[in-house]
Amino acid sequence: MPKITYRSADGEETTLELRAGTSVMEGAVTNGLDGIVGECGGSLMCATCHVYVAADDVGRLPPKSEVEEEMLESAAAGIRPTSRLSCQIKMTDELDGLVVEIPESQY
Amino acid sequence: MNAQTQFAPEIPVLDLDPFDEDVLRGPETYYEALRAAGPIVHLSRYGVLACGRYSETQEVFSDWERFVSSRGVGVSDFKLEKPWRPPSIILEVDPPAHTRTRTVMTRAMSPKAVSALREQFRIEAEALVERLLDLREFDAVSELAERFPLSVFPKAVGLSDPDRDMLLGYGSLVFNALGPENDLRRRAFENAAEINAWIAHHCDRSALTPGGFGDTIYQAADNGDLTEQEASMLVRSLLSAGVDTTVAGIGAAAFCFATNPGQYADLVANPALARQAFEEVLRCISPVHAFFRTANCDTEVAGFAVPDGAKIHCCLGAANLDPEKWPEAGKFDIRRRPVGHLAFGTGVHGCVGQTVARQEAEAVLTALAARVAAIELTGEPVWRPNNALRSLDRLPVRLSPR
Repeated sequence: MPKITYRSADGEETTLELRAGTSVMEGAVTNGLDGIVGECGGSLMCATCHVYVAADDVGRLPPKSEVEEEMLESAAAGIRPTSRLSCQIKMTDELDGLVVEIPESQY
Repeated sequence: MNAQTQFAPEIPVLDLDPFDEDVLRGPETYYEALRAAGPIVHLSRYGVLACGRYSETQEVFSDWERFVSSRGVGVSDFKLEKPWRPPSIILEVDPPAHTRTRTVMTRAMSPKAVSALREQFRIEAEALVERLLDLREFDAVSELAERFPLSVFPKAVGLSDPDRDMLLGYGSLVFNALGPENDLRRRAFENAAEINAWIAHHCDRSALTPGGFGDTIYQAADNGDLTEQEASMLVRSLLSAGVDTTVAGIGAAAFCFATNPGQYADLVANPALARQAFEEVLRCISPVHAFFRTANCDTEVAGFAVPDGAKIHCCLGAANLDPEKWPEAGKFDIRRRPVGHLAFGTGVHGCVGQTVARQEAEAVLTALAARVAAIELTGEPVWRPNNALRSLDRLPVRLSPR
């Protein structure tokens, strides 16, 4: 199963093995990680699953949809070029070793 | 009524009436029977199918291609019968037409747009809580669940002269209209003429103040994203879906906390839990407890044949209490974080107003937790039967100040 590392705002790292097809948001929420909320359950309605993808990994991800681009404008923490809404990133074997940074706040 | 669709005999049959007024007042026994009977069930009284387990309800509700909204989200099939009002151009329509109107509404009520209202909601909630403490004993439906949304939402839309009875009456009508030709529906239509006229007038640009959601929608028409007629229809959607639902949700929150004092104490000690507490309220007592979808092709769910034209009663409330999905499903636990609950639906038709609803509830619960030590029931709660909405009619309570 592909591995993903979540780095919290204070630097703490948690590595999880997620089943392929699980979103990065779902992985965080079901494993009790703080800092990713996913209020709308993954429907691109709340922008509370915002993450910063590690620079090296950005190119490995499928591109953002128009809706994701627009919803990112509602994210609470500052938007960077590496910003993504993690409900839209589904883990695959190809994404093994993905690293994401959790912002200071989702509100 | 629909033409009687023939269903495969293997599909488990349930003879219950989900629209019986006692069931609507307390649907949990229907939910249990529905989940126990099978993944897909034939409701023999109405010639429709139903689902209440989380897995199948989630599947049907998110698959807009097989299970359309354009044939109506109530009992009536718009392919066979004329709808009671011109169909909603956001609720009762499928992509690609849906996508265009949905985009306008999502922008108008995005988290960024709603955050501009946060301060105003906070001020109103705090003033309301002071008033409730002065009252000390009151009916939490009229004094809180109805009063708060009416104090903020019509203004947020841009209505300069909100009328409580018209707004509450319209929501009640719209949701009752989703049911079969029963007494509830007939009674709802008795006062419809006056309400419909009031609503129609207030969807007009001339009735809306600048800066509100309504004005934002009309600006999209100015930009060419919509026609003016479509803009007025979307304002109608806001007035249909934006009041009675939050009334139901805030009432449900008062009920959950009045009947679970330990949970309320946790909220008082940890007011940052307000938002996730509301999600748990919605899971336990889902305001929109069911919506229909219509199969638009011959298909199958959980191995059972579902024919073209089959209406499926998707019980969001039942799915939200499914023990297969939620450990200790019947327990109201504000620490649960029920991500994935279906109270706002899911998929492309997921409630477009959910950010507003959450902001209203957060304001109310935060204001209560700051000033109120305890909420006690002083009499029997009374539920208000509606063909699609699960809502309180009376909730007598007493508040103790901190």
